[in-house]
Amino acid sequence: MVNQAIDDFLAESEELLEKLNQDLAELGEDSATGRDNPDLLNGIFRDAHSIKGLAGMFGFDDVAELAHHLENLLDNLRMGKVSLSETLLDCLFDTLEGISALIRGKAEDSEFTQDITAYLTRIEHLLSGPDEDPADPFAELNLDSALLDVLTEYEEHRLQETLKQGKSLYLIKVAFLLMSFDTELAALTDKIKESGEVISTLPGVENDNPEMLAFRVLCGTDVGVEELQQQLDFAGLEIEIVADPTSAETSAPAATELPGAATVLRSTDKIPASSSRSTPAESPAEAEVAAVKNKDSGSARSFTSTVRVDISKLDYLMTIVGELALAKGSIAQLCVEMQADGLPVARDLEKAIHALERRLNELQSGVMDVRMVPVRQLFDKMNRIIRRMAQELGKKVKLNIQGGDTELDKLIVEELADPLMHIIRNSLDHGIEPAERRLALGKPESGTISLVAAQKGNHVVIEVHDDGRGIDPEILRVKGIETGLLSADADPTRQELYNLLFQPGFSTCEEVSEYSGRGVGMDVVKSNISALSGMIDLTSEVDKGTVMSLTLPITLAIIKALVVRVKGKDYAIPLNAVLETLMLEPGMIQTIEGREVMELRHQTLALLRIDELFKLAGGTVDDSEFVVVVGFADKRMGIIVDELRGQQDVVIKSLGKALSFVKGIAGAADLGNQKTILVLDVSGLIGETLQREGVFGV
Amino acid sequence: MKKILIADDSPTMRSLIVSTLDALDDFELVEAANGFEALRILPRGKVDLVLTDINMPDINGLELVSFVRNNPLYKDTPLVIISTEGSRRDREKGLALGADAYLVKPFNPEDLQQLVARLLS
Repeated sequence: MVNQAIDDFLAESEELLEKLNQDLAELGEDSATGRDNPDLLNGIFRDAHSIKGLAGMFGFDDVAELAHHLENLLDNLRMGKVSLSETLLDCLFDTLEGISALIRGKAEDSEFTQDITAYLTRIEHLLSGPDEDPADPFAELNLDSALLDVLTEYEEHRLQETLKQGKSLYLIKVAFLLMSFDTELAALTDKIKESGEVISTLPGVENDNPEMLAFRVLCGTDVGVEELQQQLDFAGLEIEIVADPTSAETSAPAATELPGAATVLRSTDKIPASSSRSTPAESPAEAEVAAVKNKDSGSARSFTSTVRVDISKLDYLMTIVGELALAKGSIAQLCVEMQADGLPVARDLEKAIHALERRLNELQSGVMDVRMVPVRQLFDKMNRIIRRMAQELGKKVKLNIQGGDTELDKLIVEELADPLMHIIRNSLDHGIEPAERRLALGKPESGTISLVAAQKGNHVVIEVHDDGRGIDPEILRVKGIETGLLSADADPTRQELYNLLFQPGFSTCEEVSEYSGRGVGMDVVKSNISALSGMIDLTSEVDKGTVMSLTLPITLAIIKALVVRVKGKDYAIPLNAVLETLMLEPGMIQTIEGREVMELRHQTLALLRIDELFKLAGGTVDDSEFVVVVGFADKRMGIIVDELRGQQDVVIKSLGKALSFVKGIAGAADLGNQKTILVLDVSGLIGETLQREGVFGV
Repeated sequence: MKKILIADDSPTMRSLIVSTLDALDDFELVEAANGFEALRILPRGKVDLVLTDINMPDINGLELVSFVRNNPLYKDTPLVIISTEGSRRDREKGLALGADAYLVKPFNPEDLQQLVARLLS
């Protein structure tokens, strides 16, 4: 129970921290563009407050203390007692980092702690301004005391700010059906937020219809009352002016109605349960429908009905779905046999199988969908790293994010964090030049690093662009020869030279060239990406910049595969890597420099024999009948097989660490008939084969 | 069976309160993740006690207290604010609006149990 509770705490605080990081980044951007976003700031405050409360409950006093200080700083910020500066923003980010570090430590060992004095002193230093306690500033206001009584201290501050900024203050009275008030109210507040700010929402009591719920919404805005009334086209809506600096009649509560809008009713009017409303919500049932439509249009926020689930549970579900697919496969096979026997029931069975298949596909994509998270989560983490690194290196860098909404399997996103961080570090450290040098080259003083994500078919491509100095292939060539990875008389292409960067040997030698640093650890990055069945590519132009592009499968858990047979053994080739299959005809295979290749639409295609790769005994070349053309990113290769056995859904299971040294195998898959087959690692095989064909001469 | 409504936007906090109360007696515990949900749950049958946080999105705890206290249907329902020790003003306002008690997070489970037992007896 206690452990479960601590797990909950860890999961929730991680979620909160992640959100805080995103929101702080947004706050920083807003402040840079001079935009004021009190809702965002208040949300940040609330999240810090939640972390404090949670940590306190679990006796994590250090986290609570630090979160308390963070909350305090944010409180002063939202109350306008301190202003948002770069220093303050840095302090917020760092404090968050401090809290993350503590919580991470506690995830391993609940006794873990760290000295937080430095954080506390820094915050206290920032807060050493005067602390005022103003007298009742709303005494003059024409506002029901019942409304003032429910304002939290923060809301009071927002009210004060609104008045200070010379905005008008309105009290909107409206009633909604109990069935749908949440979506309707959310739609109303969204509308208000387009031109103003909601200060308080008080559920009303003056309504005598049990099916309706009345609300009083206090809001501040620049627009006049008539314009506001026009914008807020809700039945029964009534606007009362609380403060209007543009009009002399501030003190007179003037209820206004939109001229000509016959549907406008006062909320205080008696509204029969389901008549005289010309809104689409004529009856509770229809109101529900309207509410649902509302959600679809994206204008209404729904309840937070989120369930937090351990990814291993989803893995389990996925496995079950996969096994269901296998069971379906067996039934389908039986059906074929029944048809062959001419059994009349086979036809009906076939129909049933099709129906099952459709539902199964839906189930599968449903479970898959749950695992998907937007890559923005990852990109926002990188934002923080870039900020910090740029500061340490004394470089000016802007981060540009595109396609943050692209979705990837949660597992892949997690595994991608380290490689991506490595690539970005390299870009920042070795790619982006110091400001003076950039200016001398006629480039903008600040460098730009762009993170771009996009879905392409079954894959997601993530690119890291920098507009730095680029990589000079000539220098790579010289170093390649020096390190013995390249023979002195070789004539490598540009791409082959870039590939040197991913060679383990290449990374160890530092000095010599200013580009060497790019090689540090890139072999590790590449193997991490390969472990995700992904591929890494690089293009670069001297003085223009470098693009690293990562091609990744959307999900790892379940795949469609082409099952092939070689020398009596079956293998699965992930279907998303299969481009086409060809029947081999005599004379198609040629030999160039001892390697088998074939001509395919005027391009030379390197060929691979699985039997040779896995040293399978028996048979001769003549048995082979088919070539499976596979591709990944822009690489192509042909795999020679004896037989094509058909398509199947397979659940890939890892071979485990003990067998991880076996090259060319992504894992094992269960075929349902108690047969386990090996799944080929296409990206790995392509890399291997093309390397052998290329300049490295293994 | 007595029904207790727990309004707090933190799921972990809600489950802590639930486990604290589960140990006490056989209650029907209904959770609301925000003020909206609380407003929805209230008309669905008698609630015997409301436990609410203050800082919640959309409709805050003070607004919920005011709603409950001013509504003839619910006005006698006992009400406890459970919130982090934040603004003194917020706390005073909560009590002025008619909350029966104010419990500071982190709360002592026994305090909550005693308070609930007293308010429901």
